[in-house]
Amino acid sequence: MLDFFSIIQQNWLLFLVGQYPNGPLGGIACTLLLSLLAMLFAIPVGLLLGMARVSPWRWLSYFAAAWVYVLRGIPLVMVVFWTYFCVPLLLGRNVDGFTTMLCTLVVYESAYIAEIVRAGIQALPSGQYEAARAMGMSYLKAFRLIVLPQALYNMLPSMISQLVSIIKDSTLGYVINVQELTFAANQVNNQLLTKPFAVFAIVALSYYIICFSLTWLASHVEQRIARKRLNSPSAGAAKAALLAPKP
Amino acid sequence: MNNTLDFGVVLHGQYGAMLLSGIALTLQLALGSWLLAMALAVLLVLLRLANQRVTTAVVAVYVSYHRNVPTLIQLMIWYFAIPTLLPASIQLWLNNFNSEFIFSLIALGLCQAAYFSEDIRSGLRAIPDGQTEASRALGMGYIRSMQLVILPQSIRNALPALINHTVLLFKNTSLAMVIGVAELTYATREIENYTFRTFEVYLLSSAAYLACSLLLMGVGAILAQRYQRALAR
Repeated sequence: MLDFFSIIQQNWLLFLVGQYPNGPLGGIACTLLLSLLAMLFAIPVGLLLGMARVSPWRWLSYFAAAWVYVLRGIPLVMVVFWTYFCVPLLLGRNVDGFTTMLCTLVVYESAYIAEIVRAGIQALPSGQYEAARAMGMSYLKAFRLIVLPQALYNMLPSMISQLVSIIKDSTLGYVINVQELTFAANQVNNQLLTKPFAVFAIVALSYYIICFSLTWLASHVEQRIARKRLNSPSAGAAKAALLAPKP
Repeated sequence: MNNTLDFGVVLHGQYGAMLLSGIALTLQLALGSWLLAMALAVLLVLLRLANQRVTTAVVAVYVSYHRNVPTLIQLMIWYFAIPTLLPASIQLWLNNFNSEFIFSLIALGLCQAAYFSEDIRSGLRAIPDGQTEASRALGMGYIRSMQLVILPQSIRNALPALINHTVLLFKNTSLAMVIGVAELTYATREIENYTFRTFEVYLLSSAAYLACSLLLMGVGAILAQRYQRALAR
């Protein structure tokens, strides 16, 4: 137990930001930055893929389905190595580990976000889309103004859960020497050599605190949405208008 | 690097054998940890169903830990940290005895048990209480009502999630390369290091992973359909 605190005391800066002012950003800061950037870039890609999957254009939906199935079928480590070899070939120059891992996460998570988007769109009553079309909106306009705003709001809890997955997946940056939290842990472990249990307990606890608070947030948001759905003012007003006695 | 794809080098001789033994080890690891995970998951669900405050708390902590800490970290804890807590004689014995494989099997199995137990539990929870009450009112015992009424329905509910997490478990076996288990991903890297046939070898092993995952998903879809039909009858 004493080890635990003395290791934190001596290495907290390394765990938090790596060798930042004198080297690349690392530690928890790197993990969080990597995950948030990956989420930020993966959402638009996943949104397009998810919409492609439910679109009436057959080849587009086949392409999206193939993308999703392939990426869900191979392990993340494989995707890491693929980008590790392919991105420098495509760009014609070397890229650092952080960028490689960011590309990997965007490509890999886009498949999972596409599935969330598809489920969100399909969960919406089809009357919404049909009514929008009947009002004379085009396909894209109906999606932009009617379907997506509602579906995206319902997807919020799943998206937060996906961020937890991304944070957990970012540990694989360790394999290609991205200096995130897992890398920092192994650095400290290799310096001390004799205290692996305390070092890994610290790292596990850090990940646990980050992921648990996000999981808690997701379930909180989910409950809030469910409550809102149950007694939303608009549904209540509509019901009241229907039930009101005719003058 | 060569511009033409040539699978010959990678498929024949020692490299072909390495690839095959990698696939074999991946499958062994997946099967072993699946069995461990399923057995533990059933135990966890039973503990949860016991409805005692202590067992509920223990299960909740177990599930929460394994779902909120990355699998890679769990693997490292099992391989780097846990052995140092054991007596020296056992450590020595473990080192002679392929400890990477055993520890990765334990780590992956324990991790996935948390997911499986949640799947089974939510499958059980989705069954309305009236089902239990009705079958008890018909004179069935606890075991019989479980066996004939509750479990068949809850398996159908839990099946899609269980299949998804089985695929996840299969893909997670690739993490074992980090601690030096010579499974498919590890073998792929080794072959790439010796032959520089990067694309060939990565294409082959990705295809192998994809084939296994799709097979699992396909079997899952067939099973789900059969349960659906069995219930409709």
